[in-house]
Amino acid sequence: MNSYHLDHLQYLETEAIHVLREVAAEFERPAILFSGGKDSICILRLAEKAFRPSEIPMPFLNVETGHEFPELIEFRDRRAKQLGARLIVRTVDEAFAKGLAAPTPGQISRNQLQIPVLLAAIEEFRFDCCIGGARRDEEKARAKERFFSFRDAFGQWDPKNQRPEIWNLYNARLNQGENMRVFPLSNWTEMDVWEYIQREKLEVPTIYFSHSRECFRRGGQWLPVPTAHADTTKPDPYAGARPKPSEAVKSLVVRVRTIADMISTGMIESPAESVDDIIAEVAAARVTERGTRADDKASEAAMEDRKKAGYF
Amino acid sequence: MPSRFSNPDLRSTGSHPIELLRFNTCGSVDDGKSTLIGRLLYDSKSIMEDQMEALERSADITGGGQINLANLTDGLRAEREQGITIDVAYRYFATPRRKFIVADTPGHVQYTRNMVTGASTANLSIVLVDARLGVIEQSRRHTYIASLLRIPHLVIAVNKMDLVGWSENRFREIREEFESFLPLLDIKDVKFIPMSALNGDNVVEPSSHTPWYAGPTLLGHLESVHIASDWNLHGFRLPVQWVNRPNNPRDPKLHDFRGVSGQIAGGVVKTGQKIMVLPSGHRSTVKEIWTYDGPLQEAFCPQSVTLVLEHDIDISRGDMLIGSENMPGMNTDLRARVCWMGQRPIQCGKKYLLKHTTQTVQAVVTCLENRISMDNFSADTAATELAMNDIGEIRFRAAKPLIFDGYANNRMTGAFILIEQGSHHTLAAGMLLPPTELVKAEYEDFTI
Repeated sequence: MNSYHLDHLQYLETEAIHVLREVAAEFERPAILFSGGKDSICILRLAEKAFRPSEIPMPFLNVETGHEFPELIEFRDRRAKQLGARLIVRTVDEAFAKGLAAPTPGQISRNQLQIPVLLAAIEEFRFDCCIGGARRDEEKARAKERFFSFRDAFGQWDPKNQRPEIWNLYNARLNQGENMRVFPLSNWTEMDVWEYIQREKLEVPTIYFSHSRECFRRGGQWLPVPTAHADTTKPDPYAGARPKPSEAVKSLVVRVRTIADMISTGMIESPAESVDDIIAEVAAARVTERGTRADDKASEAAMEDRKKAGYF
Repeated sequence: MPSRFSNPDLRSTGSHPIELLRFNTCGSVDDGKSTLIGRLLYDSKSIMEDQMEALERSADITGGGQINLANLTDGLRAEREQGITIDVAYRYFATPRRKFIVADTPGHVQYTRNMVTGASTANLSIVLVDARLGVIEQSRRHTYIASLLRIPHLVIAVNKMDLVGWSENRFREIREEFESFLPLLDIKDVKFIPMSALNGDNVVEPSSHTPWYAGPTLLGHLESVHIASDWNLHGFRLPVQWVNRPNNPRDPKLHDFRGVSGQIAGGVVKTGQKIMVLPSGHRSTVKEIWTYDGPLQEAFCPQSVTLVLEHDIDISRGDMLIGSENMPGMNTDLRARVCWMGQRPIQCGKKYLLKHTTQTVQAVVTCLENRISMDNFSADTAATELAMNDIGEIRFRAAKPLIFDGYANNRMTGAFILIEQGSHHTLAAGMLLPPTELVKAEYEDFTI
């Protein structure tokens, strides 16, 4: 019977495929959140495995803060095209224009502002389910997530009153206006994601590999110097996020370990040039992936608060 | 920081298959479950520096300077404030020998439903006992649930041994107390380990306080316990999840493709094998086991596959494909043990939604047979109510026949959940009793 044995990646894969097919079967209008980041890259390969030779039966959705790494956007668009998928992009700037969101005074990061934009997109397209690449090992509020995470009509997560999730029998039932967030990678670790990328020979955006980049030190992190402000007829989208005279700019050999946008992503100094190098680096790492995310450092319950409001 | 596991050579790098062990921890309030997991992560060097910094920060604020390992798993604000675990928290760590998924499940009576959640997918359960208190109702309940859910391995972690002076006699007393009721249950493998999670004795490192204990440490046991396949490999079962019809007008090859997608819930399937579709009874042969990575000659539980059949027969979600051996049951009138999780007690005569494999049907509870007493695990047949956290046996009638196995025989085809109509709350975890009669291979040519 020994040949009938799955290794840990095969086990995680079959679990995730089962989840994706449950979504296709149980929901009327599901979408996949695809940012171009490493986790959602795995989700797309799993979707190919779940649904081929058919088309992936759901569109891709991405919410832009307006501060994205250009490499990520290029990769996202190209990958969606390769897969023949419909990619829907909604932006914080559009939401400002439509009055769906308002800038927070004194707050440079637009991370929080993705919440109303996402909820508006869910309403606009009447999505009843959004598939995300979040993993339980990322953060301790996420460690409490279900595979099928119920959100009420306001998009809110109620961590104290979650539906029990027993075996692989997912309760996908919703009433009008409610929706579900589904996380097929719930049981994956950062290491599993990279091992899967290695095994499946998946392309990832170049910023995951070491490159030289102008950075400056702020809040204990190396932040990338944002792209130059070209259109001076409009206000600088990176106002406040550019290095101050007191913050020396250095050219460093860096890469990203996790990607938010240019304002919230700390670069790590790394010589890793290949997926193999990254796996060796993750194995030896002494800080968590999210240790480089400014958005999580706000307070101990930063993630919990954002999730309750409708964030992933 | 020197570490056994941060050496890349010792980590899984995908070059060799590594086994995955899923376990859950349960115990009563303050038995030290979260501390134990914190200790496992800490001593196996799975806690990262930024997590340690966060712990130290919160220790300065709330812990009077003492690092509280429980803060690693108690992720919600209310949990940290009240010093309790509200919801199942999942943790992940790896040693050179295995990868682990840990479900930290709460001990309060009102959160027993979360224990069932965490335990339902586990290979192994750790029941924590406070050495000062010994066996209490929660210990019995958790041991019973582990048995009910057919978790193959059980560890009784006798914790806080430092507070009873590392007394071997106390350890033996507790062990004997457990052994007095274990024969009433259905657990094959039980291990007793004396420990102090707070100080790390016998968790990862052997303790110098227990010269009288010759067994392994907890981590040593987790790394070496033989997890023979938990999956049923006898009797092919494929609950149809999704019918794959590309209907692609541009690609004539795909125009006629029709596949049956699902996760194999039992047994093995081979190309050329005869199958039957239930409940319709239609028969066919497996033409191809289609996967994204190319066709397979055979596939097994729990792989996710797409089968292409020789004949164009009517198949839809909720149907079950089976092989010709080890037939399942097929019935609308069923008996099951349930763990009730709803706020309001179970109501006989009431209709619920029932999800079993990939099928959701209406079901009416016809009769409450008994309620299990946690004192002696006896069945109280006079019981008239099953309230939240109660376990008992029910009869019910489903609007469509279920194709099923007894839960003891197959955890995937023997399990179901009940959902409240309207609110859509998940109300119960159900485990079907074995079928009283099996599907017959009615057709003569349906044999190999």
